[in-house]
Amino acid sequence: MAAVDEHLSRGGRAPLIRFEAVSKRFGVVAAVETLTLDIGEGEFFALLGPSGCGKTTLLRMIAGFETPGEGRIFLGGEDIVPVPPHRRPVNMMFQSYALFPHLTVEGNIAFGLRQENVGREEIAMRVAEMLGLVRLQGLGGRKIHQLSGGQRQRVALARSLIKRPRVLLLDEPLAALDKKLRAETQFELMELQRKLGTTFVIVTHDQEEAMIVADRIAVMNQGRLMQVATPTEIYEQPNSRWVADFIGEVTIIEGRAAGPGTIASALGPLAVADRDTGAGKTMWLALRPEKVSMSAERPAGATNTIAGTVSEIGYRGEMSAYKVRLADGSLMKVSIANVNARGRAPYAEGDAVWLSWPPDAGILLVS
Amino acid sequence: MQGHQQTRGWGGRLVILLPYLWLAVFFLAPFVIVLKISLSQSVLAQPPYAPVLDLAAGWPGLTAFVAQLSLDSFRLLASDSLYLLSYLKSLQVAAISTAILFLLGYPIAYGMARAPKAWQPMLVMAVVLPFWTSFLIRIYAWINILQRDGLLNDVLIRLHIIDTPAAWLSSDTAIYIGIVYSYLPFMVLPLYASLERMDESLLEAASDLGCPAWKAFWLITFPLSLPGVAAGALLSFIPIVGEFVIPDLLGGSESQMIGQTLWIEFFSNRDWPVASAIAIALLGLLLVPILFYERLQQRSLEGART
Repeated sequence: MAAVDEHLSRGGRAPLIRFEAVSKRFGVVAAVETLTLDIGEGEFFALLGPSGCGKTTLLRMIAGFETPGEGRIFLGGEDIVPVPPHRRPVNMMFQSYALFPHLTVEGNIAFGLRQENVGREEIAMRVAEMLGLVRLQGLGGRKIHQLSGGQRQRVALARSLIKRPRVLLLDEPLAALDKKLRAETQFELMELQRKLGTTFVIVTHDQEEAMIVADRIAVMNQGRLMQVATPTEIYEQPNSRWVADFIGEVTIIEGRAAGPGTIASALGPLAVADRDTGAGKTMWLALRPEKVSMSAERPAGATNTIAGTVSEIGYRGEMSAYKVRLADGSLMKVSIANVNARGRAPYAEGDAVWLSWPPDAGILLVS
Repeated sequence: MQGHQQTRGWGGRLVILLPYLWLAVFFLAPFVIVLKISLSQSVLAQPPYAPVLDLAAGWPGLTAFVAQLSLDSFRLLASDSLYLLSYLKSLQVAAISTAILFLLGYPIAYGMARAPKAWQPMLVMAVVLPFWTSFLIRIYAWINILQRDGLLNDVLIRLHIIDTPAAWLSSDTAIYIGIVYSYLPFMVLPLYASLERMDESLLEAASDLGCPAWKAFWLITFPLSLPGVAAGALLSFIPIVGEFVIPDLLGGSESQMIGQTLWIEFFSNRDWPVASAIAIALLGLLLVPILFYERLQQRSLEGART
């Protein structure tokens, strides 16, 4: 809870970046559609969405590589739309890293400072400092092609941080790394951001990555913001079926409000905890697989109890993902932690099982 | 990759052998013959040089043959300033032409590489298109354009830039025009290839780091296009040094390029040994830039390996 309060206070601060009714079209395709968004000072902010949702365009607008068709973009209260990229106090780490192949590691990292008449000694000092920060000491003289993928990623990071930008833009910074290295680097990025206090804006299509690193996430689709909230809120309180479905696994059950705390669905009446369920309105109940419990016997005293047959089992190591066929033919996703050390699955395909969940486990959605 | 190499069958070996075989038959063998002739003496006979290698004579014949070889033709090349001047003239024409080609070709290649992707195949086509007409015909066309009552003088007089027709033909200017015109694709295409494959995000990165566009050209684009510059320069320079047709048809008689000197030795003087010696010396001269280019390519290949 303390974490959430911290994010709120950050969001409550004067925003560092403000998009005001920004639109951008490429030909007839709208990449960004009348979008308004505030990003707070010192925030680690993620733009998340499927490819082509406009998240990269948004990032490139902050860098200055794209100009909005309409609307204004403010950085620290100043409209930066007319400012060319090389005069903006923001730096970007490119997805391809875009390292200069004819320069050494040092040459790449020092490039930004060399553009603004910084003294030779100060450049050497700050480059050494950056090499230390990204743990590349001793590799300053290497050419880029002599580095591993992970090392290149660090050079790109150091190069974009050396000018101490007000905002660091990260365009899919970890996409090229293998899974293990990516997980390590995510934590390093968070640590780095906390240490420097710089505002980080990251673009990613990897929801797990966004949830891990970011203070707040903007979920985008087709050039629009679907929801802007903390990772916990996005996961536990999505504001629409689209967000609920995009983030993590979910089963969505359509129903109609039938009096307080109840919706009528094809599976019968279901108890729900929250909100005023205005009678007759179509609603959707979103259920996360880990919030549904499964048992061989009908559980006594449970509120929402449904019978089904195990249809598919996906073994993932720490947990197994089940798909259970219900009476109306639909599938419900259920995940169960594999606490049994032998790894023996408690249920097999074709088993008759009972599913149940408390009324407050589901998320009631109206759109 | 390595395992693959180890299991390569004889078919695979043949494929690797093929270019070497080609070089041996069409480069090494003629080279040895020319080298042998360059070490012979000119005689009034058929063939016009001695000694002639007679393998039927066996070992004694071979030793007698080797004993008769001499460096006389090379001594002549060194002693008569005519040859030295021809070499210098060739190097001068090649150097100046290559410089002009670079200055002209770079903006063209840059424009092509920055043009919309859909246009680029057409632009490459436009550069290559002159090759569809015979080289000789194109040079003869230049004679027509450059002669006293030719197109160039006509246009210049009509535009009131000159009053009386100027003598373009039979001059060094004509040689330069002809060479630059003919060799432009050899400069433009390698430059275009190196500029075209450049990652545009590098320029965005430079701009992001505070570098204005004109400066980014000198700090990023130009250094990265240097392999293309070297390739274009050598692809132009090397054949221009040995150029014969263009200076012969468009140039004057005041000084000769080495190709012309060689032609005269071979066809007018029928001095095959001296002509061969000129060719061998020319090859030695051109070996310097060729080796330089080889090393450069080696380095860029290493750079490309990741």
